[in-house]
Amino acid sequence: MSSKNQTDNQLIVSAPPHIRDIENIPRIMWAVVLSLIPAGIAGVLVFGYYCLYIVSLGCITAVITEALILRLRKLPVLNTVKDGSAVVTGILLAYILPPSVPWYVPVVGSFFAIAIVKHTFGGLGNNIWNPALAARAFLQVSYPAVINSDWRILQHGVGNFAHNITSVDPEGKFVDAITRATPLAKEAGAETYHFAQLFLGNVPGCIGETSAIALLLGGAYLIYKRYIKWYVPAYYIATVFIMVLILPSQIATPWAKNPFYHVFAGGLILGAFFMATDMVTAPLTRRGLVIFAIGAGMLTALIRFYSGYPEGVCYSILLMNTATPLIDRFTKPRLYGTKIKKV
Amino acid sequence: MTTTLIKSKLKTFVGGIHPKEDGKNLTCSKKEVPSISPKTVYLFMNQHIGAPAKPNVKKGDTVKKGQLIGEAQGFVSANIHASVSGKVIDVIPWHHPVTGIKSPAVMIENSGDDTWIEGANESSDTGQISPDEIKQRIQSAGIVGLGGATFPTHVKLTPPKDKVIDTVVMNGAECEPYLTCDYRLMIDKPSEIINGLKLIMKCIGCKKAHIGVEANKTDVYNLFKDILSNEPNIKIDLMEVKYPQGAEHQLIKASLNREFKPTQLPLEVGAVVINVGTAFAIYEAVKFRRPLIQRIVTVTGDGVENPQNFLVPIGTPIKQLLEEAQITTNINKIIFGGPMMGIAQGNIDMAVTVKGTGGILVLRNAQQWRSHACIRCGRCIDSCPYGLNPSELSILCEAKEFNLALENNVMECKECGCCSYICPSKRPIVHLIKFAKAEIARQKTKV
Ligand code: SF4
Ligand code: SF4
Repeated sequence: MSSKNQTDNQLIVSAPPHIRDIENIPRIMWAVVLSLIPAGIAGVLVFGYYCLYIVSLGCITAVITEALILRLRKLPVLNTVKDGSAVVTGILLAYILPPSVPWYVPVVGSFFAIAIVKHTFGGLGNNIWNPALAARAFLQVSYPAVINSDWRILQHGVGNFAHNITSVDPEGKFVDAITRATPLAKEAGAETYHFAQLFLGNVPGCIGETSAIALLLGGAYLIYKRYIKWYVPAYYIATVFIMVLILPSQIATPWAKNPFYHVFAGGLILGAFFMATDMVTAPLTRRGLVIFAIGAGMLTALIRFYSGYPEGVCYSILLMNTATPLIDRFTKPRLYGTKIKKV
Repeated sequence: MTTTLIKSKLKTFVGGIHPKEDGKNLTCSKKEVPSISPKTVYLFMNQHIGAPAKPNVKKGDTVKKGQLIGEAQGFVSANIHASVSGKVIDVIPWHHPVTGIKSPAVMIENSGDDTWIEGANESSDTGQISPDEIKQRIQSAGIVGLGGATFPTHVKLTPPKDKVIDTVVMNGAECEPYLTCDYRLMIDKPSEIINGLKLIMKCIGCKKAHIGVEANKTDVYNLFKDILSNEPNIKIDLMEVKYPQGAEHQLIKASLNREFKPTQLPLEVGAVVINVGTAFAIYEAVKFRRPLIQRIVTVTGDGVENPQNFLVPIGTPIKQLLEEAQITTNINKIIFGGPMMGIAQGNIDMAVTVKGTGGILVLRNAQQWRSHACIRCGRCIDSCPYGLNPSELSILCEAKEFNLALENNVMECKECGCCSYICPSKRPIVHLIKFAKAEIARQKTKV
């Protein structure tokens, strides 16, 4: 009898439900990391091993910054760092950097992403902007020359940019400016790429954004696991597609009105599958997410067509992140048994 | 249990969850339902929603099985009857397993001779019985909703004058994981249940009925189908195995495609929902004048070696039940009810069954979860069958922003637990909502 009394004392009394789903934050975050690996491999194949160095720097800085700040905020360090969210931010930031950036760019960027964008708003779950995108915007302002100008690619890159190489830089590390920063460059004389190239990723661009096939593979995995919702990238990409068809274009390139080119060139696929789907910074409900995706699509097309920038994915998602609280307010779920309330 | 896999034809609702841990296999194939004969029973005066009953016996009285020992107080209340024959030891405050508060209970020592009170336990002819007589027998038998809500049944069967009830929906879904008490009853007593259902239809004068059964119980479906082959007015709906398929709103949505607000009653849409256990109790009460003094209880979980359904007199100490089911050592959680909505018990020495107890779940490795900030994944919203925003509610309740929580319909939450179950941040959403509701109620009474 005494043994039973002993058991009594250890009975857990907690509120229902007494069973929980197996999904948790680490499972989701590490699945995102896994899904990003193909794009990273593609980046290394196209641009060379230096990319690996940049990605690692991004991750390591993100994790160290996260640990430091958790320590300063007196929050549990180890468990939170293990959840993988800092690693995701580090990878994503590196993926939207040019392949030849100097080492300090991912370091400064990751630090900014974690310390400023994520933790000044309260840490995971409370940040308003996608940390990686906000950091990229910050870097664009801080190091415009590095981010915006024509990019050099690595001499040892496996990609076939050889025909573009004009000279080798003094240190012998990089070949000289070989091309525009993105296939979307709209200056006269900028190059047009084949779809096969765009699909495989064998084009200039940021480290992780060029290979459509690698990104789609990762995206499909996340959709299959239900970690991201299929309709976010679907509406986003479809909107860009339609906008390209209907908007009058002022760009003089041969692909200006080709919607397929707009989808596969540049950062749209990376943005649509991995940035717009960042749950922390996107609306909560399905209706809200659809509005978010369509808005981001429209902004992306508008920026690409009518601004000085060749690319619009980063800013369009950041703008929609800003609008998220508002969208949430107007897209509350419908209380069962009632009609949708017009706010 | 047998399962059908043709999912597309099954009826269901929007939202809800598919718990991976089903647990029904522990008990569903065990055909025996051993009767328990407790040494002592503790009968609470509040085993139902509404006013507590008033004890009409005192220390030292001898009572017979089925004797009225607590009189209903007002219309929304229910009678309490002695579940064993014997001597009243005392009327004392006892720890209530559901409310967690000490409440008056009649403590009866079982003499073991099982003598029924006169007038009860006699078969009667119900062919010509009038609707009023049916309701009167249900009321005096102290029948309450046995699906867990314990709402007095005679109240349910008395709709306001301006409301017409055209359909009775019988709940045979049993969507709570682990519980199989309704399944056992449906397998063992299908005709009695159907007779009970017919008595209800007669009582409220409605011609149509639906029976909802989850698709993991096709054997039950076929049994009912055979019995009802000549009854075109009673339809059986095979429903998707999904929690909370057996809740009133979800059941009515699936079978009748009618919607009503979470805080409204089914009579808003002309329906009344009766659990199969209740239908059986009604049959017993009307046909044999047996008051509600016993029920089937599933005792299950990895903490008992012999998980099984038992026929248990109301008020039985669960210690005795757990011994029958061979409780193991190293258990760390005991739950009254199922894992989704059941109530964890802190003290098994005092806990006794009540009318609403359909199951006792004993776990060895119950987990405790560390919760994190909401990562706004939206899963809780997708799973909430009542169209609430649990993410926002949990944040508001945590911040004690009760007015904002009220604006966001916190009172409409049915505490089904889907949101907490699905949350990857393991947020104790239901706990926070319960806390806020209690606070709001407290503030209201203070003003
Ligand atoms: S517990 Fe309440 S908020 Fe959560 S899913 Fe159920 S009804 Fe919705
Ligand atoms: S399921 Fe949990 S983490 Fe996801 S939105 Fe709801 S409360 Fe937040």
